[in-house]
Amino acid sequence: MIATFCYSCGTVGYLVYLFRDLSVIHRVAWWVLSLGAAFHLLAIVLRSFALEHLAVTSPQEAMSFFSWVLVTTYLIVQTRLDLRILGSFVSPLAVVFMLISTLLPRDILPTSGAFKSGWVIFHVSTLFFAYALFALAFCAGVMYLLQERQIKKKNFGFLYTRLPSLQRLDKINDHCLLLGFPFMTVGLITGFTYASAVWRSPWNWDPKEILALFTWCIYAVLLHERLAVGWRGRKAALMAILGFIGVLMTFLGVNLFLEGHHTFSTG
Amino acid sequence: MAEIVLIGMNHKSAPVEVREQLAVACKEKVDPLVHLPQLQHVDEMFFVSTCNRVEILFICRDAHEALEEVKRLLRNHLGDQFNDSLDQHFYTHHSLDAVKHLFRVASSLDSMVVGEPQILGQIKTAYRQATEHKTVGVILNRLLHKTFSVAKRVRSETCVGSYAVSISYAAVELARKIFGKLADKRVLLIGAGEMAELAAEHLLAQGVCQMAVANRTLERAVSLARRFRAQTVPFDHILDNLKNADIVLTSTGSPEPILLHRDVKSRMRERRNRPLFFIDIAVPRDIDPKINEIDNVYVYDIDDLQGVIDLNLEDRKREAERAEHIIAEETLKFEDWLCTLKVVPTIIALRDKAEAIRQLEIQKTLSHMPHLSESDRKAIEVLTDSIVRKILHDPILYLKRKSERETGQVCIDFTQQVFNLMERDGDAACALTHEASNDMNYNNLLKSVKK
Repeated sequence: MIATFCYSCGTVGYLVYLFRDLSVIHRVAWWVLSLGAAFHLLAIVLRSFALEHLAVTSPQEAMSFFSWVLVTTYLIVQTRLDLRILGSFVSPLAVVFMLISTLLPRDILPTSGAFKSGWVIFHVSTLFFAYALFALAFCAGVMYLLQERQIKKKNFGFLYTRLPSLQRLDKINDHCLLLGFPFMTVGLITGFTYASAVWRSPWNWDPKEILALFTWCIYAVLLHERLAVGWRGRKAALMAILGFIGVLMTFLGVNLFLEGHHTFSTG
Repeated sequence: MAEIVLIGMNHKSAPVEVREQLAVACKEKVDPLVHLPQLQHVDEMFFVSTCNRVEILFICRDAHEALEEVKRLLRNHLGDQFNDSLDQHFYTHHSLDAVKHLFRVASSLDSMVVGEPQILGQIKTAYRQATEHKTVGVILNRLLHKTFSVAKRVRSETCVGSYAVSISYAAVELARKIFGKLADKRVLLIGAGEMAELAAEHLLAQGVCQMAVANRTLERAVSLARRFRAQTVPFDHILDNLKNADIVLTSTGSPEPILLHRDVKSRMRERRNRPLFFIDIAVPRDIDPKINEIDNVYVYDIDDLQGVIDLNLEDRKREAERAEHIIAEETLKFEDWLCTLKVVPTIIALRDKAEAIRQLEIQKTLSHMPHLSESDRKAIEVLTDSIVRKILHDPILYLKRKSERETGQVCIDFTQQVFNLMERDGDAACALTHEASNDMNYNNLLKSVKK
């Protein structure tokens, strides 16, 4: 709860920063976000100990864990790139995830033995980290499209001065993709190996598996086009956004609406 | 009576080929300033040549003869291919129209990009050259100094000037929004216009690493390249150079676009889709506007850049009108001065004659009176001098008063007859326009005329 509150404060800070260029606001927002992330980590660790496995088995836990990964990734990226305005786009996303997670039931679900394995932790954390990077790529893509539209249409809103240059946004998009894609690949492979160990077959026509593979294909195409053909700019940003929609489908849609191995309730 | 005549061509009156040909010819073979002594009908001359215009301003007594002479000179040294069509590209302005035109040019109201600041500097340089060749005399000296102050007045009292600077600044800002850091970017400059040079300077100041210049005439390209420490690119190879450039600045005088949609589209793949930013400062456009639709390509022409800075069309129009008003006002003032100029030779002749008589008589008298002391001689000098002055005071005042009216010439003739100044007048006028030594005398007189 404290974490949600901190994230909300941080988000408000970042939104204010979007409109007013004051580095003080940014610094405060950054520290509030960091504080939230620290509390959040504490909560996750406590809960994981209570459950005796990584707390990602219920939708609520998964959301909250993802939102922590997202915030942490952003905080790390921020210290590396110093692209403050990105926070104005990422932090609302984290808050949305946290809010969904608090709205969902907090019951501890009965778990099967299938989740008590180091493989699961590895599988989940790599994939979540990849998703977080894709979320950053998505934010950069949205910012790129906003900025590009203003420059192409020769019609400048207030965002024009606040958003960074196109090439920079494109580069961030590129880096996030380059870093996120291997993580996703590793995550998927561990998923398949673990599945083949537990269910005797790496491929079970689970809706989540299908969608994940589909999403992976989107990113693979994007990466290929970027590296081989030299795609960049608008098309790449659109693809990154499409990819992230795929991620959301895989992550949220399946967990909440479809049934399969990954569905929490059946276990 | 001396007349001011201006003959020239600019981006509106002549196609770029003719203009460049003339500019090059004037620079190398037939510098009008050097040829002035050969021109019998031309008394004073000023000549300025930039990439968008060539203007020759001269003072003569017979406008028709002098014009023919100047044109003949240009024609003789220009290539044959332009001989027939040359006349139609020239515009000619006489007397006050010429003055007004010069004021407008210097204030940058006649420029391709209104308000670009370089033209004034170019005129100043040209004036310095003219003074070195001693081709400017009383009238042009006065006119050019007036021109500088008019241009300054326009700049300080209206926003016409700030506006061009902000356009090139806006272009650079846009480049930074597209590329971020400009340090490793390459600029291709196509065609040479004052505005493009200004933008190029801004870009260089931002640390652009490499610059290439392409121009139809190689001489101009080379001189620009030297100034910006750039390479030159043959005009026909522009398309091949597109894959290396990041920012392309165009300002050619070409009547149709030099870069088409398909030219750029096919080259984006070679560039691996790296963004390409076109800044098109030419009127009419050099870049096909459809190019803006290509991904990762951004085209801004002069209108777009004007849209970027807040000044809207109404404001600009109002500023231009204010500038025109200043120019009209200053032209009228100059007209007054020109009119007083008509009486100046007569006044000088009158004074000279009186002074000569006085000197003669004093010598006669004093030679008879050797016993006078130094102070007595001085007293007589002062006495005679003040008598002469007081007698001449009213006729001179009368001349000055009449000079600004249309009947001025009658009064001048009448005065000359009464005092029998006829044969001296011609000499005085000649001496006036040709000798710098008389300038002092003349300027003092002018001051008194102004009072």
